[in-house]
Amino acid sequence: MPVERLQAAPVEPERRFRQDPLLVRVPLILTGVAIVAVLIVIPVVNVFYQALSHGVGTYWRNLAGDPDTRHAILLTLIVAPTSVALNIGFGIAAAWAVTRFQFPGRTFLVTLIDLPFAISPVVAGLMFVLLFGLQGYFGPWLRDHGVHIIFALPGLILATTFVTLPFVARELIPMMEAIGTDEETAALSLGAGGWQIFWRVTLPNIKWALLYGVILCNARAMGEFGAVYVVSGHIAGQTDTMPLRVQKLFDEYNNPGSFAVASMLTSLALLTLLAKVWLEQKTRREMAAGAQNGLEPAQSREVRLESL
Amino acid sequence: MSIAVKNVVKRFGNFVALDDVSLDVPHGSLLALLGPSGSGKTTLLRIIAGLERADQGSVLYHDEDVTRRSARDRNVGFVFQHYALFRHMTVFENVAFGLRVRRAPKSRIDARVRELLHLVRLDGFGGRYPPQLSGGQRQRVALARALAVEPAVLLLDEPFGALDAKVRQELRQWLRRFHDEIKVTTIFVTHDQEEAFEVADRVVVMHNGRIEQHGTPQEVFDHPANPFVMDFLGNVNVFQGRIQNGKIVVGGIEMAYPEYPHGESRAATAYIRPHELDIDRSPVDTSSLRAKVIQVNPNGSVAKVRLESEESELELHVEINLERYAELGLRPGDLVHVAPRRFRVFFPEDYAI
Amino acid sequence: MKGPGQPLAGNRRILPGFRLSLGYTIIYLTVLVAVPLAACLAKVSSLTASQFVSAVWTERARAAYLLTFGASFAAAAINVPLGLLLAWNLVRYDFPFKRVLDSLIDLPFALPTAVAGLVYANLYVQNGWFGQFLVPLGIRGAYSRLAIILVLTFIGLPFVVRTVQPVLETIDAEIEEAAASLGATRWQTFLRILLPALAPALATGFALTFARSLGEYGSVVFVSGNIMFRTEIAPVLIVNQLEEYHYAEATAIALVLLAGSFLTLAVINSLERWSRRYAG
Repeated sequence: MPVERLQAAPVEPERRFRQDPLLVRVPLILTGVAIVAVLIVIPVVNVFYQALSHGVGTYWRNLAGDPDTRHAILLTLIVAPTSVALNIGFGIAAAWAVTRFQFPGRTFLVTLIDLPFAISPVVAGLMFVLLFGLQGYFGPWLRDHGVHIIFALPGLILATTFVTLPFVARELIPMMEAIGTDEETAALSLGAGGWQIFWRVTLPNIKWALLYGVILCNARAMGEFGAVYVVSGHIAGQTDTMPLRVQKLFDEYNNPGSFAVASMLTSLALLTLLAKVWLEQKTRREMAAGAQNGLEPAQSREVRLESL
Repeated sequence: MSIAVKNVVKRFGNFVALDDVSLDVPHGSLLALLGPSGSGKTTLLRIIAGLERADQGSVLYHDEDVTRRSARDRNVGFVFQHYALFRHMTVFENVAFGLRVRRAPKSRIDARVRELLHLVRLDGFGGRYPPQLSGGQRQRVALARALAVEPAVLLLDEPFGALDAKVRQELRQWLRRFHDEIKVTTIFVTHDQEEAFEVADRVVVMHNGRIEQHGTPQEVFDHPANPFVMDFLGNVNVFQGRIQNGKIVVGGIEMAYPEYPHGESRAATAYIRPHELDIDRSPVDTSSLRAKVIQVNPNGSVAKVRLESEESELELHVEINLERYAELGLRPGDLVHVAPRRFRVFFPEDYAI
Repeated sequence: MKGPGQPLAGNRRILPGFRLSLGYTIIYLTVLVAVPLAACLAKVSSLTASQFVSAVWTERARAAYLLTFGASFAAAAINVPLGLLLAWNLVRYDFPFKRVLDSLIDLPFALPTAVAGLVYANLYVQNGWFGQFLVPLGIRGAYSRLAIILVLTFIGLPFVVRTVQPVLETIDAEIEEAAASLGATRWQTFLRILLPALAPALATGFALTFARSLGEYGSVVFVSGNIMFRTEIAPVLIVNQLEEYHYAEATAIALVLLAGSFLTLAVINSLERWSRRYAG
């Protein structure tokens, strides 16, 4: 049975701009490249240059041989994924509530979700100190019960979670709006319950957007400085995350050490960029396919019913 | 399973989508909800399915009140206008979905899915994905999926709306034959009068959230309850005039109307279908109209003639069969006489639209 | 006409999970956002009006505000032509490694600010890769106000580019062809037709960069030297107050900063509405 494969909608429209003359194009392109080179490329190269400036051996020792640095790496690897996990749960719940239902205050809720973006990280840290610091509102109660939040791991997680709160939700909300509720309603009419609908129908449709949000959330979580600085008390070997470690080593005039840790963070950033590009392609294709699913009229052909 | 809708009201903000609608659907019938956009037909269908909640009124399945029951628990098969196939699942998985969420045993799922794919003539398509299918194929997958769980009711929302004319034709006939085979109570929504008439046992004409008329296609067409129904179901010529003493005078013609013998003169409107008007070269006493031929359009099995009445400049649409057309040898500019064979009268004040 | 009757109890939604998802969302936001913000307001309200003023209006604080807002403004202003140029290159021209360039523009977004600060400080000091040329010329790119502007420009680079790019991509080529056929030079077309069409996007990009720069801390602490009255930004001042346990004063200054951020956010929202209307 001959079946034509439907083409995916083209992602970029054909552009037929008048080409600017070479005399205009070349300087503009070169200037652009120069800007990126000076502002972005050379700094990145410099990071690795400085990190390896005393040889690979020293580089390795700075990372693995220094117990405080090792601890900082470990701490980051605990704090960031925890914050990301918390924000995944939140992002999914928020996206479901906002895109699948109408209720008063919906717009306000969405604005609230964006709020952490507008708040300086230092202020974010400040807020948690006001709540849980020694002189904070809950300070005495916490001290009496031996619970440490500020200057300890929970505080780091709280501050990081706050700062990265919007990332996953902001990716899921437009995605779930675009996909629409038809498939989920169909699943309901076929007898599926809430979790069944989510796992079998919603999740497969949003998986790339979710992954994208997670990648961005993680990059930000691992690199967060200001908020964590305020709540950590920066006790080396205990509450320094990697970015804080970078600063501490810098203050101690240990450039190779500082840059060694910085190089790890930079590698992470570059990996994040790669993942971002790859996922952007995937999400674009999903959106195009979604817009076309069921809405495209059948190709006009002379065929019998069976081969339709 | 029979369905009863009682006094259903549904509002979206200030817009009244359904205004005190009641309907009885006998078990095993094939019913069309027919009407223009905004008439409330899709809303009614969705309320029957449980995909919308009525603000007032009730829905009964076989005398059981299901108004508060979730769509999930109503055991309906719903086919969405844009199919709503699960884009990440194969055709097989789509059809199997209802059974999987009920945790049916694997062997039963396999057998049933294969059975259904065969029923909708999509054997061998199990491994494909929705984006790889044509519109007609997706339509049939949607149908198979809805039928997989053996619903008591099948509801289709503009099932053929997004398809080509030829595909639509074939699927219509297919649905009719299919219904005769499986005999599940079926309701479908359409704005296409031809489709409703061709497929359904009974037609419900809706307008502005109300049911205008309910009956077999023949009943509704031949005995429209009001001007809207008459106008919606095909072309109609409208003549304004007055009636008195058993006679009606509209647009220059006088006809007997014994149903109104009273002396009191009343405004009346006569509705005449194009095929209920005859064209002649010579006048037919007082009940014929002089008119000039403007355009002739032989169209399939009839000739559609457009004329302008001499007296009132009213545009007339007449349909005559091809033999008569050949007999008359009509050409634009010809002066002829138009006489009604049948007409229907409605009083304007009863039907302020 | 309509029968009497009560509307059915609760217009419960069709899809499941409303209460669960909304409930969890609200609780989460309350705990993480609403309560901390409330703590800020509570702390500040413990000050009398005059105490508040004396906390936020010291000479040192004023210098910090001026610097924060000034540097953010400058960085945003620089990013407008820079971002426009880059967006133009990406949308209108083809050149080798264009996609690499496109991806790199997002790096400031992905890079930890501490790393940015570290490397920028390193590049512009006397013996740094750039500093060795610039310092003799009198251009001090580290431990100065220029340094702050420089690193804020880096941080804000993606914003204008990513805001202008989509708008540039959807500009109809025919409009430019029409202008050309009417005799306009390339430059005139750019000035009179393209620039006005891009104005909303540029304004939005500016506002986004500005907002981002207002709160920036991690990178600036490395490059500025944090010299009181000269290169101390408001967030640094807040941290200093905190370390001296002047919670209320720190919160007061934080509130000033917050007010600035929220105001900018409101401006961004109305700009986005403006650009949507303009784009039709």
